[in-house]
Formats: sequence, structure tokens, C-alpha cells
Amino acid sequence: MERRAAFAQSGLPSRKLESWRYTDLRPLAALDPIAAPAIVDTTALAADLPALSGPRLVFVNGRRAPALSVAPPSDIIAAGGFVADPARFAALPLAVLNAQFAQEGAEIVVPDRFDAGRLTLVHLTQAEDTTPVFTHLRHRIALGAGATLTLVEYAAGHGVYWHNPVIEITLAPGARLRHIRIQAETQESFHTATLFVDLLAGARYEAFTLGLGARLARSETHARLGGTGAHAALSGAQLLRGNQHGDITSVVAHDAPGCTSRQTVKNVLAGRARGVFQGRIEVARAAQKTDGYQMSQALLLSPEAEIDCKPELEIFADDVKCSHGATIGALDPEQLFYLRARGIPEAAARAMLVRAFLDEAIEGVADGAARALLESAIGGWWEGA
Amino acid sequence: MLEIRGLTAEIDGKPILNGIDLVVPTGEVHAIMGPNGSGKSTLSYVLAGRDGYQVTGGEVRLDGVDLLALAPEERASAGLFLAFQYPVELPGVGNANFLRTALNATRRARGESELDAVQFLKLARAALRDLAMADDMLKRNVNVGFSGGEKKRNEVLQMAILKPKFAILDETDSGLDIDALKIVANGVNALRRPEFSALVITHYQRLLDYIVPDRVHVLAGGRILRSGGPELARALEESGYAGLGLEALGESVS
Repeated sequence: MERRAAFAQSGLPSRKLESWRYTDLRPLAALDPIAAPAIVDTTALAADLPALSGPRLVFVNGRRAPALSVAPPSDIIAAGGFVADPARFAALPLAVLNAQFAQEGAEIVVPDRFDAGRLTLVHLTQAEDTTPVFTHLRHRIALGAGATLTLVEYAAGHGVYWHNPVIEITLAPGARLRHIRIQAETQESFHTATLFVDLLAGARYEAFTLGLGARLARSETHARLGGTGAHAALSGAQLLRGNQHGDITSVVAHDAPGCTSRQTVKNVLAGRARGVFQGRIEVARAAQKTDGYQMSQALLLSPEAEIDCKPELEIFADDVKCSHGATIGALDPEQLFYLRARGIPEAAARAMLVRAFLDEAIEGVADGAARALLESAIGGWWEGA
Repeated sequence: MLEIRGLTAEIDGKPILNGIDLVVPTGEVHAIMGPNGSGKSTLSYVLAGRDGYQVTGGEVRLDGVDLLALAPEERASAGLFLAFQYPVELPGVGNANFLRTALNATRRARGESELDAVQFLKLARAALRDLAMADDMLKRNVNVGFSGGEKKRNEVLQMAILKPKFAILDETDSGLDIDALKIVANGVNALRRPEFSALVITHYQRLLDYIVPDRVHVLAGGRILRSGGPELARALEESGYAGLGLEALGESVS
């Protein structure tokens, strides 16, 4: 009861806040969810796990689910119960809410120069009856100098819920994190994820985020390139239909010289779906020789679909190379006819062209198994169309 | 057998085809020649079912099947193939995936079993060899970065793999040098058999030296004005369309 009251007063961000101008959280406020109850027997949820072998940390309704998890190598500490200092995130209302409610999360620490292979992090949320629930997890991922990890993050669930995770990532000099995120929440749910990524000299963060689910989703990434020669790639795709709303927001701060950032976001919008892309690159005075690139492309599959793009550059250094762009278009009728003239039925032809549209963003995903998982998630999107 | 009877079609209210009557019996290859703007490409697109053309009258039957009632993919499944004058580039679509998807869609529609990746590759490699094409053609994106000649060869490759009953070659010779022309012509000739027929649309007689047609038709002003044997193509080459008195119709003359 106490938690519910706190939620009501929590002050979700309103559209008056510039960074929330295109995404309206009033439907979430109206949901009035309660804290997700513990699920005693999680074994029935095994069917919801992604088809990936190897170590796996599974959280169900915001709590660790050892029965569904596969322990990572002992070199990686994967502790629970981590709660961070919320002071840093004061300007981000959802992160503040997370700090207020989060009790658990994974703490993954990869020692210096250790190749930790692939680890899967799964969030399952289940509303057991018609009462909407919420979960707030806070994870911390720290890679030591020269360490590498491929982290596959997967979110799914049952029923009506709000999932509001925060992930803090720190990459020591020369560390490399490949982060593949698949958001496949239920069509009635709300998903708002906030990521903080801090990169030191020569560190590499390569993310691909796929948004498929949720009635309303926002993926917000704050990356800070704080050491010379660091590299961040924040690619992603969202495939939305019906009344879905998907928001991809990022702030990439170049604080050190000679860093590179790359971002290619692909939006596929059918029905009355609405996509939002907000991308901001900030280049500090010290960040000479910055090389930043950002591109948002939207494919509108219906006349009612909509995309709002807001790319921003804020540059204080004088020797930088930064560019950004946005394209919006429909499927090319010439291409569609060419495929159909070869006997490929219209629906399959459209699926091929959409897959082709995504290709450029997906081809950067190096891990074969993770890529196969992405392919199958995208392939499945058509079955619901 | 392809039967076109009284076919009329327009684009945005402007009549382009003004009553085409043409029969291509099974096993025969016919050529259609004509000046620019005569309706050659419109005829090929109308037969294949491209959007943007309004058929205002007439009928088209392939072995008795009413083609005009079918979607483009159904026409392909019924055995029709259009080799495009301007093959379309498909960035992000691999040629092998494209060919296999097309072949299996067609096979499925015909009630035949689908080919797996291994069976398909065997078939595709053999077809590539016949057309003097490199294996890496399969790995590239469809027509992306292909030279003009490679695009045309890729069209003939698709035809060789899909094995249509009836092929329309829309100015497949345009942009080809003589070596590429011979390879493309050999590819078409290799498909010639009693159950295959084709309509070769061309501007020049040159292609018809290598793909010798059974009949030649001259299209102008959206109508077939003259039909004859291969000698008609040679007569056109010597005297031009003007020599046939087509300028009187107000057509552009090449």
C-alpha cells in the first residue's frame, strides 16, 4: 500500500519536459500499478526464455530466479541486491523512480583482460491477474581493463505491467562490451529502460537494441566517452504496429579527444504506430578530433503511421567531424513489383524488403547466436501483422 | 500458348495500347520491334501486372488462364516471366536468398516440393556456369553495384532457374556489348524447347541474329502494324521504321 501511494505521487515526467515532448506517460500514470509479487514457482516460465545457450541470469518480477538461471563462470561476480546512488540521475525522473523502488539487480564484474564470452540477462514480468504490476531492476556491469563480454538482454512477460530497468555500465580502458537487447514485452505493457554507459580510453561499447513489444516503450541511453579513443555504437531498430508507441532516445557525450560514435536507428512503423527518435551528440571543448555520426531511418508501412525525429548536435570543440541525418519513406513499389514478378507473394515480398531495410543495422551484430535470435524475433513480427 | 486479343491500356487516362492482337503458339519465339514510344514496354508491364496501367479492354490468356485476373506473383506461378529492361536494385537482399525464395514460392504455388539450401546451390551454380557468371554473384545484393551487362545476365539467370513457360524479354539487349549479348542470347536459346515460348522485345535487329525468332511483329502507336518472318527484322534494319511508312502515324522514328 505504501508503495502504491509512493507511485501515485512519484511525478512521472510530463510532456512539458523537453526530453519527453513526444512521449506521453499519462496512460502509464492511469495504469496505477502495484509492486509485482514474487512468483513462487518460476519453472512454468521456462518457455519464455530466449533460445540461447550458455550462462544466463534470469529475473522474474524483479527478483532473481535461480531455477531458471545458469551460473556464469565464477570469475564473474553476479551478485544481487545492488542499489546505486541515485544522486547522479536526479534530472531523469524514471531513473529516480527506479532508485526509489529497485531492490535487486545483477552486478556483473569482469576482471581485467578476461574474456567473459556471452552472458544472457533475462527479465520476465508476470501479472498474475488483471491488476497491473511494476518492476524496477537496477543492474551494474563493469568491465576491467581489456576485458570483453557479449551481453544479450531479453525482456518479455505476461499481462499488463510496467518494466523500468536501469543499467549502469562502466568500461575500463580497452574493455569491449557487445550489448544486444531484445525488448519483446507484451502488447499491453510499458517498458522504459535507462542505460548509463561510461567509457574510458580505448573502450568500445557496441549496442544493438531491438524494440518489438510494449504498448509504450522508451529506450534511453546516456553514453559518456570519457577517455581518448573510446568508441560507442548505438544501433537499433524498432518494429511497431497497431497503436504502439516506441521512443529511442540517446545522449552521447564526447568528453575526451579522438573518440568515435556511431548510431544507425531503423524504424518500421505499421498501423497507427508512432516512433520517436531523439539523438543528441554533445562534444566538449576538450574533445578535439571527435568523429560522430547519427542516422535515423523510418519506413512507414501505412498512411497513419508516424515518426518524430529530433537529432541534435551541441559542439564546443573546433576540430570535429559530426554528421547526422534522417530519412522517412515507404516501401518502394518498383522493388515490390520486381519481387512479385518473380513469384514471391506480396506479404512475403514486403517482409523481405523490411528485412533488407534493417540489414545495415543488424549486420554489425557479431555474435552469431545472438544474431539468429534477432532474426527469429524479427521473423516472428510478421506473424502478428 | 499466349493469346492477346484486343488489348487496350492507358496510363493516367492516356491511351498507350490501342488494340493489340497477338498469338504466340507454344514452342515459338516471337519478336516485337518498334520505335520509342510505340508501347513496347507498356505491353510487357501490362502482361506482368505492374501497377499504374489501366487495362481498358481485351484479354490475355496463357494456356487458357486469364492472366489479367491474376496478381503479379500468380502470373509468375502460372509460368510467366518478365526480364526487366531496367532490373531493380535490392540493397540488403542477397541474390541467393532472392533466387531461392522466388524459386520456392513458384514451386509451392505449383504444388512442387521446395528445395533446401544445398539443392538450390547445386542448381544455381550450374545455371551460373552456363551463363559465364562468377559464383560470388550469389553472395552479392540483388543487382546492387552490378554493371549493365551483369544485371541483364542476372535476369537471364533468374529465368534459367525459374524455368517459365513464357518469357518476355524487354530490351534485354540494351546496354550489352557483343560478348555479353551472345552470352545472354545463348542463355535464352538454352531454354528453347517445345513447351517454352518467348516474346523478345527489342529496338534493334542485332539481338535477333542470335535469338532467331519464328515471327516478327512491328508495334507502333499501340498496335501491331505488320507481322512477318525473320526477314521483316532485316528489312527494318535496312530501311528503318520510316521505310515502313510508320512516320505517317506520327510516331517518333529511330
